[in-house]
Amino acid sequence: MKYVDEFRDPELIAGASREIRRLADPGRHYRFMEVCGGHTHAIYRFGLKDLLPENVELIHGPGCPVCVLPMGRIDDGLFMAAQPDVIFAAFGDMMRVPGATGSPLEHKARGRDIRIVYSPADALKLARANPDRHVMFFAIGFETTAPSTALTLLRVRAEGIRNFSVFSNHVTIIPAIRAILDSPDMRLDAFIGPGHVSTVIGCRPYEWIARNERKPIVVSGFEPLDILQSIVMILRQMKDGRAEVENQYARVVPWEGNRAALKAIGEVFELRPYFEWRGLGFISQSALRIRDSFAAWDAEKHFLTPGVRVTDPKASQCGEVLKGVLKPADCKLFGNECTPEHPIGALMVSSEGSCAAYFNYEHRKSELVTVSA
Amino acid sequence: MCLAIPGQIIEILQERDNLALVDVVGVRRKIDVGLLAEEPAKPGDWVLIHVGFAMSRISEEDAREQMRLLKMMGEHAAAMEEITGYGLDDSVARGGP
Ligand code: SF4
Repeated sequence: MKYVDEFRDPELIAGASREIRRLADPGRHYRFMEVCGGHTHAIYRFGLKDLLPENVELIHGPGCPVCVLPMGRIDDGLFMAAQPDVIFAAFGDMMRVPGATGSPLEHKARGRDIRIVYSPADALKLARANPDRHVMFFAIGFETTAPSTALTLLRVRAEGIRNFSVFSNHVTIIPAIRAILDSPDMRLDAFIGPGHVSTVIGCRPYEWIARNERKPIVVSGFEPLDILQSIVMILRQMKDGRAEVENQYARVVPWEGNRAALKAIGEVFELRPYFEWRGLGFISQSALRIRDSFAAWDAEKHFLTPGVRVTDPKASQCGEVLKGVLKPADCKLFGNECTPEHPIGALMVSSEGSCAAYFNYEHRKSELVTVSA
Repeated sequence: MCLAIPGQIIEILQERDNLALVDVVGVRRKIDVGLLAEEPAKPGDWVLIHVGFAMSRISEEDAREQMRLLKMMGEHAAAMEEITGYGLDDSVARGGP
């Protein structure tokens, strides 16, 4: 196998691959969803599919924050950027994501003041440095980034800074998993649970998946061996007839999560009654909005957001790919009209997006030689 | 944005609450350690950093493995760009000890 020398423990990798083959019942087809886009990236990067038997299929989940953001939210943000004296600040991942009127980068080229920041704290720094301008931070991410936005807003309030606001597009992972499980065209046997999100929320929020849905979920690290071991743990549960939450990534993820982070989220944010997800539609209580006590720094109140709703470009199948119903290459636009250089959907922009991961690594597949089992 | 960057806390800074100087393979930047409030960070600790905030404490060995993983994933340059890009607070990071 091409990448085998890079693996920390090639022996262990081969062993885990053998164990998966031993545990998987050849008469059955397994469908496991890796929820997190970081896992999707690793799975393609390391060609892990080639270490799995044919009947163990990995389905890519919705855990890519830029990918699940509906286009209208980007246009809402760009509407704010067009107001007088506004600086639009966002993470680099956002810059090439297309809205109906172009991406933030294209709007920058048209003269909007659009800046990349690496931390919400840097957006705040921009506000301090530009007292006569208004800095709007376009916040995205799951529970991994929401605590940082929350701490920043707590600081803004403590310092009484007025020329700063947050456009919250933070989403929460559990309702998305629920929506996928409720979706009639989806049949899944188990989940590879997200690593970094779980650092914040811990493992308890997944318990209903095991208890009510009777499906195993194993919170996993990002090394090739971590992912293979998580698959072994899932298959063992299934063989024993168990459905439990297990933590393969205990070296980083505490069972109870990060309480200080959860507290910060709770102080600043509350659940929206519903929020639109690309591909998954409206999901109730699936996103975070800013509490009334922080209304002075809520961009949606500050700017009277138009609440743009745009449908995805015709022929793009981002929704089906996000839900795991279609593979990236099954989208009609994949590789011809939609490429990482000219992305039509956000899944082709982010390295965590399954279309970009598939595009960037799939052509190497032919060079791979399956590790001898 | 979804990168988890490993670093070692060098110093807890006094200029404001929860600010620490961190070393990521030789690059020193200020990060916020307020999310480790349950068990406050101290010099020598290894942490995983998300968007400028330390989110969890890890072992030194896991920190090295995480850096290696970022390299293998082709995300090392993006991680260093992110770390270098952090400009928390207006003052410049102090030099090494
Ligand atoms: S190939 Fe492009 S348009 Fe098709 S699903 Fe992927 S990102 Fe969307």
